[in-house]
Amino acid sequence: MSKLRLTPVLYIVFLMVPIYWLLTMSLKTNAEILGGFSLWPKDPTLANFRTILTDASWYSGYINSTIYVVLNTIISITVALPAAYAFSRYRFLGDKHLFFWLLSNRMAPPAVFVLPFFQLYSSIGLFDTHIAVALAHCLFNVPLAVWILEGFMSGVPKEIDETAQIDGYSFPAFFTRIFMPLIASGIGVAAFFCFMFSWVELLIARTLTSVDAKPIAAVMTRTVSASGLDWGVLAAAGVLTIVPGAIVIWFVRNHIAKGFALGRV
Amino acid sequence: MQRTKNQKAWFLVLPVFLLVAFSAIIPLMTVVNYSVQDSFGNNEFFWVGSEWFVEVLNSDRLHDAFGRQLMFSGIILAIEIPLGIWIALKMPKKGWAVSVCLVLMALPLLIPWNVVGTIWQIFAREDIGLLGHTLAALGVDYNYTQDTLSAWITVIVMDVWHWTSLVVLLCYAGLSSIPDAYYQAAKIDGASKWAVFRHIQLPKMKRVLTIAVLLRFMDSFMIYTEPFVVTGGGPGNATTFLSIDLVKMAIGQFDVGPAAAFSIVYFLVVLLVSWVFYTVVTASDAEDQS
Repeated sequence: MSKLRLTPVLYIVFLMVPIYWLLTMSLKTNAEILGGFSLWPKDPTLANFRTILTDASWYSGYINSTIYVVLNTIISITVALPAAYAFSRYRFLGDKHLFFWLLSNRMAPPAVFVLPFFQLYSSIGLFDTHIAVALAHCLFNVPLAVWILEGFMSGVPKEIDETAQIDGYSFPAFFTRIFMPLIASGIGVAAFFCFMFSWVELLIARTLTSVDAKPIAAVMTRTVSASGLDWGVLAAAGVLTIVPGAIVIWFVRNHIAKGFALGRV
Repeated sequence: MQRTKNQKAWFLVLPVFLLVAFSAIIPLMTVVNYSVQDSFGNNEFFWVGSEWFVEVLNSDRLHDAFGRQLMFSGIILAIEIPLGIWIALKMPKKGWAVSVCLVLMALPLLIPWNVVGTIWQIFAREDIGLLGHTLAALGVDYNYTQDTLSAWITVIVMDVWHWTSLVVLLCYAGLSSIPDAYYQAAKIDGASKWAVFRHIQLPKMKRVLTIAVLLRFMDSFMIYTEPFVVTGGGPGNATTFLSIDLVKMAIGQFDVGPAAAFSIVYFLVVLLVSWVFYTVVTASDAEDQS
């Protein structure tokens, strides 16, 4: 049915070539990378991946990143759900200003917040903990989640709320048993975006951690200079950071555009 | 949707309000506090009023970084928006190819930003990178660590690689909401391809395009990690954008006062743009509902 078209194919090739290059490098030994130029690994080896998966200073980076990303996603969605419902159903004092203020935090440059975050979390004794990074990432993820969820919720007719009320459902029962299943795809998309933006962020995560909660992205930048450059291991670490995104994206592929449009397509 | 007035809704919003206030208002107060004081260490602070603001607003350093930033954002918008629209128009309409295209295109968006930087840093190196090696073999004078033009091209191509898919996905979503009947009507009228684009597809994409332009503008305006990993702001200061300059000032040199004043100016610019964004989007929301 669908014939291949030149433009998307060329564009995808353009996207894939640098990723392919990272992948081939991760399968080469350091000697082969620096020794000569070849388009594919002559003698593919998994040694680089083995290094990462057996060395605690490497793999703990992935564990730390995963912990704060999951924490952040749970916190963001939990607080954003009732708020998004309020914004989509009710008018209240200062609602428009509040909504704009939330949005402006999504637009705030992380660089502005780096130093004050460092001081704030140090002073309350949360420096170098997973929860500190998770809370700090709420700055841009909560507004995003509220906005995406509000977009999806506004698509649900209000009659459903009223019918449930007449049927004798209490608000919490209605919300969890009827309303949430109706916007399940919206929740999925919002969770995906929280996951994604927390996963790709480095500046704040790096500033708020030193040892115990150091994210993989920071491990990568700091290990580079330690024992000379081990390009193969660096490339393998890069490949492993792409994997989680590649997995979750498959589940939301049909909704991802709507999410990027903040629930407004 | 008709929304009812209910002040109790504040209780539903309260957790979000407290959480975001904790991560936004307290740090911002710290910044404001620093921006009007000077310190000689020992936690002793002196009131200096607007001195830092005057200094920062008159400094060539900020002007240069601001100029580079505007140029960067302008260039990437001029490339990514038309390219994204064009690719979205050429996307397959149905079948398995759609899913494959969407997933592959979205992949760069999910790569951690420092890894994006690492990928391009490796890819563009003359000794071990495919791009750098190929260019050198072709005899092109290209070295992103030494040459300003090469550094700029690398950073821009990297951003196009990283974010054009966002524009494609948004436009694709806008296009797929157009009913087939529109195209059939256009065919009967004998409308040219351009006329179909101008009068059917472009108006339908207006809303998503507004979002795309503003998201891209804002995210490129605060770009930090990717160019920092690739060029470190160099050669010289050639690719030192606003965020890179700010972090250098605040963490590197620990010039807290000027850095705080810089932050506030920077934040106000972003706030102004966000306000425009918000007004445009809510206005078009209202237009759609009427």
